[in-house]
Amino acid sequence: MSALQKVMGWVDDRFPLTATYKAHLSEYYAPKNFNFWYFFGSLALLVLVLQIVTGIFLTMNYKPDAELAFASVEYIMRDVEWGWLIRYMHSTGASMFFVVVYLHMFRGLMYGSYRKPRELIWIFGVLIYLALMAEAFLGYLLPWGQMSFWGAQVIVNLFAAVPFIGEDLSIWIRGDFVISDATLNRFFAFHVIALPLVLIALVAVHLVALHEVGSNNPDGVEIKKHKDPVTHIPLDGIPFHPYYTVKDIVGVIVFLMVFSAILFFAPEMGGYFLEAANFIPADPLKTPEHIAPLWYFTPFYAILRAVPPMFGSQFPGVVAMGLSIVFLFFLPWLDRSKVKSIRYRGPIYKVMLALFIVSFIGLGYLGLLPSTPIATIFAQIFSVIYFLFFLLMPWYTSIDKTKPEPERVTG
Amino acid sequence: MKRLKNFIFLLAAAPVVAFASGPAVPLDKAPVNLSDQDSLQRGARLFVNYCLNCHSASSMRYTRLQDLGLTEEQIKENLLFAAEKPGETMKVGMDKKDAKTWFGATPPDLSVIARSRGADWLYTYLRSFYRDDSRPTAWNNAVFDKVGMPHVLWDLQGEMVAVHKKEGEHEVIERLELVKPGSVTLAEYDAMVGDLVNYLVWMGEPEQLKRKQLGLIVLAFLAFFFVVAYYLKKEFWKDVH
Repeated sequence: MSALQKVMGWVDDRFPLTATYKAHLSEYYAPKNFNFWYFFGSLALLVLVLQIVTGIFLTMNYKPDAELAFASVEYIMRDVEWGWLIRYMHSTGASMFFVVVYLHMFRGLMYGSYRKPRELIWIFGVLIYLALMAEAFLGYLLPWGQMSFWGAQVIVNLFAAVPFIGEDLSIWIRGDFVISDATLNRFFAFHVIALPLVLIALVAVHLVALHEVGSNNPDGVEIKKHKDPVTHIPLDGIPFHPYYTVKDIVGVIVFLMVFSAILFFAPEMGGYFLEAANFIPADPLKTPEHIAPLWYFTPFYAILRAVPPMFGSQFPGVVAMGLSIVFLFFLPWLDRSKVKSIRYRGPIYKVMLALFIVSFIGLGYLGLLPSTPIATIFAQIFSVIYFLFFLLMPWYTSIDKTKPEPERVTG
Repeated sequence: MKRLKNFIFLLAAAPVVAFASGPAVPLDKAPVNLSDQDSLQRGARLFVNYCLNCHSASSMRYTRLQDLGLTEEQIKENLLFAAEKPGETMKVGMDKKDAKTWFGATPPDLSVIARSRGADWLYTYLRSFYRDDSRPTAWNNAVFDKVGMPHVLWDLQGEMVAVHKKEGEHEVIERLELVKPGSVTLAEYDAMVGDLVNYLVWMGEPEQLKRKQLGLIVLAFLAFFFVVAYYLKKEFWKDVH
């Protein structure tokens, strides 16, 4: 026995190191037919790590103080060695996190990855998405620019629309009557400690649940139905390591090329990743002409604005915005189709999914614009389509003409 | 399928058409060229002479001007008016409260002004001051109506007046006309403002040239790494059927 084996044996008697490695990497059997869309899960994990590491270095020089915050970000950009790179990695990473997560979620919709037996994976995933939105929103206050301040003002005011307790609730969240130093300090605490912990825990259970039931695939058929009679390894499965680790490295490099192209040549991304108005320090006395949330929130912002106030209250809009995410949780039970993958679904689901995606992107676009009557009508149409995708799903998925699923994956 | 694509395109394009509307004043293109060190040096000189009396650039250190090819001695002798040591940031002596009383608003810090306003806006703004006796400073600006800032560069540009035209109910400015020439011609003045804006863009992010250079190296490395990773993957996947 070599020295290394001896050490491993010593550890394995006390901690399931080899067993864990086998269960999650070298003997975790993933379907062999993953396509392009299956890169985004591991990429999301990569961006999470990137955000945590760059975040740690940013906290070393950032000052969560209303008087100092804005200048401390510029200090990082100019006087801290490689500070500009770390800061741009973090700001680009925030937007790219959502790009990757949206594509990851779209993959789930296309191939029915949320369907039985993967309901919990999906629910954990939606919770990750929620935590990510909270994390991004909290982080956006920290540079203490005009958009940081007024964006936070608008979002926190949404809570003020809750009947009866709204006013008190919004004061409780801010820790003040307006967004202030107290708000900045608590947002900082949540952004750097509380939510990252929640995110990491959720990602862990997301992965544990995934590895318990096994990955779905573009055909939406269960590879565990056909196992080798002797080894009990799924016939269409291949060990995650080395096959998908070497494949994901290719995906990672392509992703990093896109990431670097943005980071080094267009870190503001035309104002979508870093808004021009956020290069003006927060001024509580000067409301910007046009307040728009960052691009990844705009679909929901557009839904919020599409609902007209009722009885002098914005609350219905807030409820609609909340429901637009709540519906995601019920997806596994709303879908009644006999098949999982879009490859074997009928035309109705394909059209509904296409309309849903068009509406989501349309809402995202409209959410960036100032509110006008025409924009509101479009936003209302898109919002209705968004909700009908979910509400009518039990009906249209059960009458849709599906094609028979294959027994084995088709490569 | 094609019909569906057209439909999606229509849906996507409709709002663009509906909301297309330009800014109130068309902006001129600023001649930004960050590799022109002479222009940046001229801009820096204009900046410390004219802007830094009222505006600070509190994130910007004088020593950073070395990146523009200046030596520490040159900076000390020619550009250091408002500070003691070159390591200091570009602060301004004026009290914030006084400034507010004099101009109606505190002059904003200019460290990242090019990133919030954009080069074209600055370039057009600095060339759009005109005489307006109804204003406390007797100056107004075609890009920024009722601006608190007087025309600091007037001895260079001279005095312009606004020529108005009727547009429906409103009187709008049609163009600005030079009535009293300054110490330089209008073309020379445009070039000077061009230098100044060039400097402001550089000062907004002094690392930006280095950033782009590094970007090329990073992308070249990733491209090479991609080839290696691609063939590695191919090798491993040979036995997957």
